[in-house]
Amino acid sequence: MKAFTQVTSHVMPLDRPNVDTDAIIPKQYLKSIRRTGFGPFLFDDWRYLDPGTLEVDPATRRPNPEFVLNDARHAGAQVLIARDNFGCGSSREHAVWALDDYGFRAVIAPSFADIFFSNCFKNGVLPVTLQADEVQAVFEIVNADAAAKIVIDLPAQEVRLPDGRVFKFQINPHHKHNMVNGLDEIGLTLQQGDAIKAYEAKRRAEAPWLFN
Amino acid sequence: MAKTLYDKIWDAHVVADNGDGSALIYIDRHLVHEVTSPQAFDGLRMNGRKPWRLNANLAVADHNVPTTPDRVQGIKDPISRAQVDALDANCAEYGITEFRMNDHRQGIVHVVGPEQGATLPGMTVVCGDSHTSTHGAFGALAFGIGTSEVEHTLATQTLVLKKARTMLIRVNGHVGPGVTAKDITLAIIGRIGTAGGTGYVVEYAGEAIQDLSMEGRMTLCNMAIEGGARAGLVAVDDKTIAYAKGRPYSPKPEQWEAAVANWKQLHSDPGATFDAVVELDAKDIEPQVTWGTSPEMVGPVSARVPDPAQEADPVKRNGMEKALAYMGLDANTPIQQINIDKVFIGSCTNSRIEDLRAAAAVVKGKRKAANVKLAMVVPGSGLVKSQAESEGLDKVFLEAGFEWREPGCSMCLAMNSDRLEPGERCASTSNRNFESRQGQGGRTHLVSPAMAAAAGIAGHFVDVRAL
Repeated sequence: MKAFTQVTSHVMPLDRPNVDTDAIIPKQYLKSIRRTGFGPFLFDDWRYLDPGTLEVDPATRRPNPEFVLNDARHAGAQVLIARDNFGCGSSREHAVWALDDYGFRAVIAPSFADIFFSNCFKNGVLPVTLQADEVQAVFEIVNADAAAKIVIDLPAQEVRLPDGRVFKFQINPHHKHNMVNGLDEIGLTLQQGDAIKAYEAKRRAEAPWLFN
Repeated sequence: MAKTLYDKIWDAHVVADNGDGSALIYIDRHLVHEVTSPQAFDGLRMNGRKPWRLNANLAVADHNVPTTPDRVQGIKDPISRAQVDALDANCAEYGITEFRMNDHRQGIVHVVGPEQGATLPGMTVVCGDSHTSTHGAFGALAFGIGTSEVEHTLATQTLVLKKARTMLIRVNGHVGPGVTAKDITLAIIGRIGTAGGTGYVVEYAGEAIQDLSMEGRMTLCNMAIEGGARAGLVAVDDKTIAYAKGRPYSPKPEQWEAAVANWKQLHSDPGATFDAVVELDAKDIEPQVTWGTSPEMVGPVSARVPDPAQEADPVKRNGMEKALAYMGLDANTPIQQINIDKVFIGSCTNSRIEDLRAAAAVVKGKRKAANVKLAMVVPGSGLVKSQAESEGLDKVFLEAGFEWREPGCSMCLAMNSDRLEPGERCASTSNRNFESRQGQGGRTHLVSPAMAAAAGIAGHFVDVRAL
């Protein structure tokens, strides 16, 4: 997994609550058996005026000029900001793969759905939970000046705004450690293989039906 | 100290406390389907890893499979076929038990698991699917995971988890006739909101929950995720134990007594404390119908579509306006005046035998309304399908003009060819009314099986209690 320490970027403002993972990456793209290539289909239903599938070249489709991702002022933003309950719904990790493939390194929202939140940490995409009024403040800055750059500093657990305001955010120390160091969680767990085997031996004696 | 049911299951599965706010938790059962697993198997291969414990895994293809009888000849859509083929190949390569598409045990993973006894009380159960919360009906800690965690589970039989907060949702008293588990679970989401359970594991309790059959409890827990909770739980009682007996993966006869003794401990102790408590009166719950694009946008069948102008919170008001525009609905329209184009009875929420019986009881001797283009019934598994056929339910549906299909996820998420066309409105027993969930531009109203069946007969929503 790629490490995350600090990102300095302008911001893509997606002013909606309850952005669900079906909206982030619709079901027709889940038929891909790869982890990459989902970026052109990120927010597909909102982003294009015509329907798409894996077999349709996105370059031939009609972008929806009303949708914020198609607003040239925000092009290249590495940070997405949205309202409450971002990433709700399906467990599809394709949602995070699509955000990552598009170029987002972090998402800011007042709250995230649990599975999406957890999936982010497996892919080096940082979910940043700020207070609703702090999220509002970032929206106001971006709406006033699309080029305004913010800094997300994971080691310091801070979001720094161009006007000097600093918003602190909380993060589980385990998640932070793995993100900052870009660690492979499976490799780490396998180092505890003896503990897993010991647990299984004890459990098999107490509850053998679990191993049928 | 008095423990909650969640505490008990958690404590029994701690392999190691990492001391940094996380613990390594052992996973007893891993259910696998074709959509969220191929990248995980690739990850194993790339790193030269093998599944840690083969018999903890059970695989079945459900999301992509066609529900038409011609599927015995294979899947026509080449992309869907490739994904199902990939599951077959991965399971064969690693030696994982899989019920293939034309096996009579095939079906929706959350119907198949319990039906096979692969889900048992006190287990930790995971699957790369958010509706894994379904299995909490058995007093099992069951939750959906992403593909990286599918790979982690395959490789290590564990997950690194942070303990959740606990919420008790107590539904006091008894529901009236015509009110089902689906209505209870929708009414709860209407109360707490789609983010109300975020960060929590929910335990459902109260007379109305105890009254539910195992099928009903699965419907209830299935939608815990739509209330934001990663897992829902119901304490073990005699119904749970009776259901778990004599299935292919159930404890063997010589293990049975010890298993039952263990399972009888699977309830929250008197005096156990929860981080949050929500109470509802069962008698206040009416049949529910969603009107918007989030499951929290729900109300009783007797109500009208709400008016965004009455909503004080600007973020919510904006969300309601967007939802009504998408749904093609005017504020203040009576729910029962909303006409529908299609009916979908199925999904991991409502495709079990009890659901099909309830729908069949409503349509028996009647005909689908002329304005309803398609009404389809998709059983949750091959075993549910045979049971229903042995009871003659297939004939009841066919005589009413409903279609009787092969098992799969079908039009709950429209990954196969069962889908809504743009603008079509569906009475659906599934779990998500998100934009385009059932087909691009499709409009979904979530209801119980009896309510969906009744809408199919009337051509618009009706109150099943008045039939």
